[in-house]
Amino acid sequence: MSSLSPLLFLILVPIFSALLIMIGANPRSTSILGSAVNLLFLLALVVFYRPMEIGYQFVSSFPVVPHLGISFTLGADGLSLVMLFLSTVVTLAAVCVAKTPENNPRWYYVSLLLISSGVIGAFASVDVFFFYMFHELALIPTFLLIGIWGSGDRQAAAWKATVYLATGSFILLLGIIGLYLIQPVETRSFDLREMIANAQSGLIPDAPGVYLLLLLGFGILVSLFPFHTWAPQAYACAPAPASMLHAGVLKKFGLYGLIRIVAPILPDSVQRFVPLLLVLLIGNILYVGYITIAQKKLDWMLGYSSVMHMGYIFLGFAALNQLSMTGASLMLLSHGLTIAVLFALCGEIRERTGTLDFSELGGIARICPKLGLSFGFAAMASVGLPGFVGFAGELLVFFGAFGSGEPKIGIIDGKEVFGFNMYQIATTCAVWGIVISAIYMLRAYRRIFMGPLPERWSRLPDLSGFSRAAIILLIAVMLILGFFPQILVNLATPALLVP
Amino acid sequence: MISPIVLEVCVVCLGIFLLMAESFSVKSNKVVLAHGAIFGLISVFILSFFIESNPAQMQSSGFYVVDGLSMFFKRFALLSTIITLILAIDYLPIVQRLVPSEKPGAGTGEFFVLPVFTCAGLMWMASAADFIVIFCALELVTISLYIQVAYMRRSLASLEAGTKFLILGALSTGFFVYGITWIFGMTGQTGLAEIQRNLAINTEANQMAILFGLGMVLVALGFKIAAAPFQFWVPDVYQGAPTPITAYLAVASKAAGFLILIRVLEPFFTVVAFQPKLILVLALLSGMTLIYGNLAAIPQTNFKRLLGYSSIAHAGYLLAGLAAVGDAFAGRAVVFYLCGYFLMTFLAFLVLIPVTKATGGDDISHFNGLARRSPALALAMLIAAASLAGVPFTVGFFGKFFIFESIINQHFYVLALIGIVTVASGFYYYFKVIRAMYWMPPAEDAAPIKISFLSKMAMLVCAVLIIVLGCYPQLLIRILP
Repeated sequence: MSSLSPLLFLILVPIFSALLIMIGANPRSTSILGSAVNLLFLLALVVFYRPMEIGYQFVSSFPVVPHLGISFTLGADGLSLVMLFLSTVVTLAAVCVAKTPENNPRWYYVSLLLISSGVIGAFASVDVFFFYMFHELALIPTFLLIGIWGSGDRQAAAWKATVYLATGSFILLLGIIGLYLIQPVETRSFDLREMIANAQSGLIPDAPGVYLLLLLGFGILVSLFPFHTWAPQAYACAPAPASMLHAGVLKKFGLYGLIRIVAPILPDSVQRFVPLLLVLLIGNILYVGYITIAQKKLDWMLGYSSVMHMGYIFLGFAALNQLSMTGASLMLLSHGLTIAVLFALCGEIRERTGTLDFSELGGIARICPKLGLSFGFAAMASVGLPGFVGFAGELLVFFGAFGSGEPKIGIIDGKEVFGFNMYQIATTCAVWGIVISAIYMLRAYRRIFMGPLPERWSRLPDLSGFSRAAIILLIAVMLILGFFPQILVNLATPALLVP
Repeated sequence: MISPIVLEVCVVCLGIFLLMAESFSVKSNKVVLAHGAIFGLISVFILSFFIESNPAQMQSSGFYVVDGLSMFFKRFALLSTIITLILAIDYLPIVQRLVPSEKPGAGTGEFFVLPVFTCAGLMWMASAADFIVIFCALELVTISLYIQVAYMRRSLASLEAGTKFLILGALSTGFFVYGITWIFGMTGQTGLAEIQRNLAINTEANQMAILFGLGMVLVALGFKIAAAPFQFWVPDVYQGAPTPITAYLAVASKAAGFLILIRVLEPFFTVVAFQPKLILVLALLSGMTLIYGNLAAIPQTNFKRLLGYSSIAHAGYLLAGLAAVGDAFAGRAVVFYLCGYFLMTFLAFLVLIPVTKATGGDDISHFNGLARRSPALALAMLIAAASLAGVPFTVGFFGKFFIFESIINQHFYVLALIGIVTVASGFYYYFKVIRAMYWMPPAEDAAPIKISFLSKMAMLVCAVLIIVLGCYPQLLIRILP
């Protein structure tokens, strides 16, 4: 057993804060303090990280079930640091934005902190088994958060999300067991590094069944079309900080798993099912996109938009090349930040007006300029305008995907004619997604913030206090990384193993 | 060093002593008996670590084995009896109300003594290696349980449960004896080791007859472990029986059934011709049990009944583990699962009894608002429900994981796929309890619920072990036989 990894500290701080809250500490200040400490600690880790070295750093390992090769192994490389940064920053914003509820405030913050600890643990795990286990830590807190403090038809939303997520994660577990069992007996392990080493020395056969289980399991968790129906409802009904953590960070788990685990270990199976995946992800972008346009309430619209944007990241994964996967990693971060800001603002509007119906809102920017400005920023970022990190991500995904595969050459009247291969067709369809998101985002902005101000909203307070600080923090990160995306690319690229 | 048989003798003597003390003492406070029984059983538990386990002795007497497995299950039986007695102390007021008596409290002494006899039977069963011994031990357990199930004579539900349990129990005994006679007729032996030797030299025609006998035995054991299609009695009996006895049935009796199943099947698995047939039967039973237990649990509104269906469902997972016998770890996976099942089921019952006493019923709706009424009790139930559902970082998750690892390794893909449906519905019905506790508002007059010191300790131990073993299962795996 090597020395203790500093990453353990990152996982334990939220759990420890949760315990303190349970035995009587002030819930709100303890959570904010704990999350702030975590963020600072993570930034310190980034400073100590040596980007030139390949492989995991800050590694520690502790065998848990030796005969199955399961060990509690923590470690981080560039890509996981990026995801850890996303987790800690969104956690801090979420607990800052949280409005202490009257009933059972302790459990509210305990649930948020447990979700945070779960995602940090997942992104810091090198062992696939613990990667999975930590993700599940969020299951019960999500159920409680939506069911107790949600709005709208919260009971139905909580049940639906729980049953979907439980089913998805069990399918995923079968897939992970499969991934373990297709390795040769002598070198079986749940350690990601050993799995990849096995794959690179050609010891892992092509296993379409295992891949389909993994794709289905991860797909349900990421709301891949047509298994997405739990997500918009859950996000619409959940309290704002829960949606921020769930849509912003937790959902990235599935895509991170696909990019991190599936792509390097089962590249042949991925290739084999690319047509299927392309069809599904176009469903995410176009079909869910059209549904998003049709929404009449902001919370549902954001829920659907977060499902839709997963399509781009799936495209980056499906194309399986350096460019597209780098783009996908960037989008993991950018979408996490953007959707977190949007859900935070959505919660602020709901708290002020009690409604999110476009037909009842209007002109709010006049009396809440800061709210309007931040929403404008976030909407632009969500569409993917230059200056935000989402732009870099989308661009890389589109370029990468368009250049993927063999060019199709046909002969018409004796002349060679270039046609689109399936990646190029999919990319072309996906680019329309930008238009779609521009339509719904700009329309939402117009309906809520522009136009005549109804009389009853004339006294709304603007953003203030911790909420304002949290939103400024998120937007600042978006802008800084949007102007210097090279920081992210340098961190993430060495970690991506492109087959 | 002490001979292993001393343990059972001690437990039986303890039972007789308590029975005598009960009838000759004038004291009306019967709880003293329970404390005496708990103390006595703890002493036997400690004594069990000073037993000499001599392999030579094991071979000399063919009907009584002392190996790791039997010692493990003896301790398992002792601990589950201790927790049952703790539950019974809490449950006493309800029993007193439902037992007709001239003086208050009279006629409840046996409620604490009978589990001790059952415990002796369970411990004996753990060492039984001969069909006759197995039969006697099984009857000692079952007959004492008949009385315990029907103990609350003024409760119609309890009497109904007792009758059902008696009739179906007797029927299963019939099947068991019938099966034994066939096997005896074909091999001329009742000892499992002799049968194993004899099986190797049997002819084809004899093998069919042996299989038939074994089938009958499997039917009988199917009743004991509540495997579909022999599970009819479970929901009614679980709901009607006194709650501590329900817990006892769910844990100790089921574990004993599985132990017998392991012991009985062991010699037959050595015959190459039998192996695929037996595995197929076990897999079929497991699939049916999984589907029936989980799907039928979904609409339940009574918590005890729900736990009844859940115990059927867990029998399904355990059977799946037995079917994967070819995997080197499958046996330990089953025992691990049983231990996890022990912890989480007892924890659920430990919470259920104070809630029943405070609210007057055991429906899921009686848990409404428990989180605000008694947060600690609600947290304990949350841990139990999460573990029963198989949420990671609980022992229930590792139990399921090991079982599924084994069955996928043995290529039982259909069972694994059935698992997707059953695990998902499991989440639904266990989370119904969490929903009641955390989402629903409490009743108007809800005051915090008082819990006795003993059950508080038992809850704490169960809850902590569930989490600790859920993080580091190796602690338990290391001591598994």
